[in-house]
Amino acid sequence: MNQKQIPELEVKHITKRFPGVVANDDVNLTLYKGEILALLGENGAGKSTLMNIVYGLYKPTEGEIYVGGQKVEMHNPKDAIALGIGMVHQHFQLVPVMTVAENVMLGAESVKNGLLDVKKAAHDIRELSHKYHLDVDPYAIVEDLPVGVQQRVEIIKTLYREAEILILDEPTAVLTPQEIEGLFEIMKLLRNQGKSIIFISHKLKEVLYISDRIVVLRGGKVVGETTPAKATQETLAAMMVGREVILTVDKAPARPGKVVLEIDKLEARSDLGEPALRGISLDVREGEILGVAGVQGNGQTELVEVITGLKKAEGGRVKIKGRDMTNASPRAITQKAESSHVPEDRHAYGMVSGYSVADNLVLNTYNLPPFAKGLTVNRPAIISHAEALIDEFDVRTPSPLTPGGSLSGGNQQKMVVAREFSRPIKLLIAAQPTRGIDVGSIEFIHKQIVSKRDEGVAVLLVSSELDEIMALSDRIAVMFKGEIIDIVPREEATRENIGLLMAGVKRGEKV
Amino acid sequence: MNSATRFKRTSLIALSSAIALVIIGMIVNLVPAWHDVTWLRVLFDVSTLNFTLRATIPLALGAMAGILCERTGIINIGIEGMMLAGAFAGFVAKVATNDWPLMLSLMVGVLAAILAGGAMGYIHALFSIKFKMDQIISGTFLILLAGGLTAYLFNPDSVAAGKFSPIAIPVLSKIPVIGDVFFNNPPITYAALILVVVLQVALFHTKWGLRSRAAGEHPRAADTVGINVNFYRYMNTTMGGMVAGLAGGFLVLEAVGQFQEGMTAGRGFISLAAMIFGNWMPFGALGAATLFGYTQGVQNALLLAGVANIPRHFISMLPYMVTIIAVAGFVGRVRPPAAEGKVYETEGSD
Repeated sequence: MNQKQIPELEVKHITKRFPGVVANDDVNLTLYKGEILALLGENGAGKSTLMNIVYGLYKPTEGEIYVGGQKVEMHNPKDAIALGIGMVHQHFQLVPVMTVAENVMLGAESVKNGLLDVKKAAHDIRELSHKYHLDVDPYAIVEDLPVGVQQRVEIIKTLYREAEILILDEPTAVLTPQEIEGLFEIMKLLRNQGKSIIFISHKLKEVLYISDRIVVLRGGKVVGETTPAKATQETLAAMMVGREVILTVDKAPARPGKVVLEIDKLEARSDLGEPALRGISLDVREGEILGVAGVQGNGQTELVEVITGLKKAEGGRVKIKGRDMTNASPRAITQKAESSHVPEDRHAYGMVSGYSVADNLVLNTYNLPPFAKGLTVNRPAIISHAEALIDEFDVRTPSPLTPGGSLSGGNQQKMVVAREFSRPIKLLIAAQPTRGIDVGSIEFIHKQIVSKRDEGVAVLLVSSELDEIMALSDRIAVMFKGEIIDIVPREEATRENIGLLMAGVKRGEKV
Repeated sequence: MNSATRFKRTSLIALSSAIALVIIGMIVNLVPAWHDVTWLRVLFDVSTLNFTLRATIPLALGAMAGILCERTGIINIGIEGMMLAGAFAGFVAKVATNDWPLMLSLMVGVLAAILAGGAMGYIHALFSIKFKMDQIISGTFLILLAGGLTAYLFNPDSVAAGKFSPIAIPVLSKIPVIGDVFFNNPPITYAALILVVVLQVALFHTKWGLRSRAAGEHPRAADTVGINVNFYRYMNTTMGGMVAGLAGGFLVLEAVGQFQEGMTAGRGFISLAAMIFGNWMPFGALGAATLFGYTQGVQNALLLAGVANIPRHFISMLPYMVTIIAVAGFVGRVRPPAAEGKVYETEGSD
């Protein structure tokens, strides 16, 4: 980069305080013309807050912003748009029932004779589509479009307003691998045509691949700046988390004991009434992790729901510690059978967003002493229990009384894990335990799962991330179309042979 | 093409049945053989259609008031109260100016009705936006306020002298049947029909409409492109109140000529049903209002024709039954504005 050139955007000494939290602490940032600057940081590091300030959605508590060398004051997004700043938000800001053209022109309408000139907008959209390879139909209704195309509409929205600075907030989080490649092509094209891009992400591989410069945020502060040439995944992860991060999991060989979970010829239907489990049999022993691999939608969800009592089995048997728990209530399974469940959808099954962290931490034990005192709950016990777990599991929350829903994704998941791991248990069922959370939290949760195993807990791990299955499992069961197609010891498993099994090709079969 | 083409099946059903009614009415009245059949005459005579239109206008205006508010995301169940306030204010203004020339006095009445409705709308916006009150409760409050206040302040001895009389539109009023039904009406009727067309075009083809709908569907999206969501909500809710006030003015100054306690008699609620049945589309809501208005027209015609073999209570039930069936049968097929009833806050709201 030519350092003498006037920066497109300069953020100087920005501090933003929310009640109880300093989201940005004296942040400095410089963006030059024609570069892709990656803003890397864990969830809750303050990336989105900073960008919302730059986009005029939040007002900074302190600090200054310069655009093209001029100091600017922004009171709302309108001011930012006028200064040539465009933002593609993590959650798309599109009106689902309106057309692409209506969404693009909203707020910057072209008008002829007092009526909206949709034709002109459509024409302009087609020109932009052509120039930047952003293929969209201006007359399509947004809610009919796949997520990747909706994102293109968002990018067109910023270009339609003649944005020179594009902020992309976690743009890859919702995309398939193919869509991510397409997005990166578009980003390169935009950069080559002189646009400046701020790319917000916590995915190390992507940041190394696409950016020209990388700025790392941690705890609201800039903790380092580097370039892809000088950095590796390990150094970036260490900067992001603030210490060495072990991206592989260290664990001793398993010492399996007695069988804890025994599943025999289990059958169940999906919510749509289709057969989802077709005679599943497997067992999990004390002190081992059985990983269940498979492409999503092959019955993993139903398997976990039947074992945990959330769905009725139509055939077969589930035994925990030798007792028949088929179709038992979730409470009997958690309390009598001493099992724990980290559900795959934490918002739907793992937590109550409006409840405090402290209440969320006793969701499955509130009826037992010491949390229950006769008919009432024992507040002091619940609070002190919460304080201990917040500390032990490193849940970042302003207080135990903060609503669970206001924590970042990684901290919500740590809260769920804290609740499920902190009781004496014999069986742990963990479904997608690290979905959508940051590197630091993933590492922490992986360690916790291994340490539960070493305590002699039987662990059933369901994950659609093959890396996670390979890193943690002692044996790997692969599900395909509602059946266990094979169970492979970890030593014999490779990405290739598990990948083939996931596609339904049995060992020894020709592809 | 445009998003107006979406989710309008129920509004189409409503609109086309209203148009069918007019066409059948024309045929029946123009074919002498059919006009002699008693039941056809009762159902489709010009007088039945005239009465239908008179019953439709306040419902259509009420539905337009609802659409104005709800399209920007403010639920308005208080239309009944806004109408009643408008009716009372119109009446008071008319009585106070009884000595003035009739037309001027009536115009003052209309103005008062609109202003009173607008004030009610503004109060609703203030409660819903500034004080973040539950919008259903705020609407209920308006209904109770208007009902109580007008009953308390109403002096049954006062009399309004005169009401709007029909103005025949040259040439058009000579068209058989259609001319009699549509082009020989008092002014608020014309104004209401024009308003429906204007609102339909404005909502889907102007900057104001696009922004208003965005505020009701996805306020954050509107905010991120620099639109002041709450400004649109204040403006449209107040305008909605004004239109509801005009509906009240219609009842006093054009239909009845006097004020009566609780004279809106549930029309605000039937308007809401028309708005829902019409899928928050002005044309659809007009169609639905016509359907509901027609049941009142038929009810009236049946009672006048002296139909004795059905108890009159059942005939009186007709409009309400049809409303219930229409709303219950179609409520699953309509799609309200997505952000309806939700407070929108800007800084640090997530």
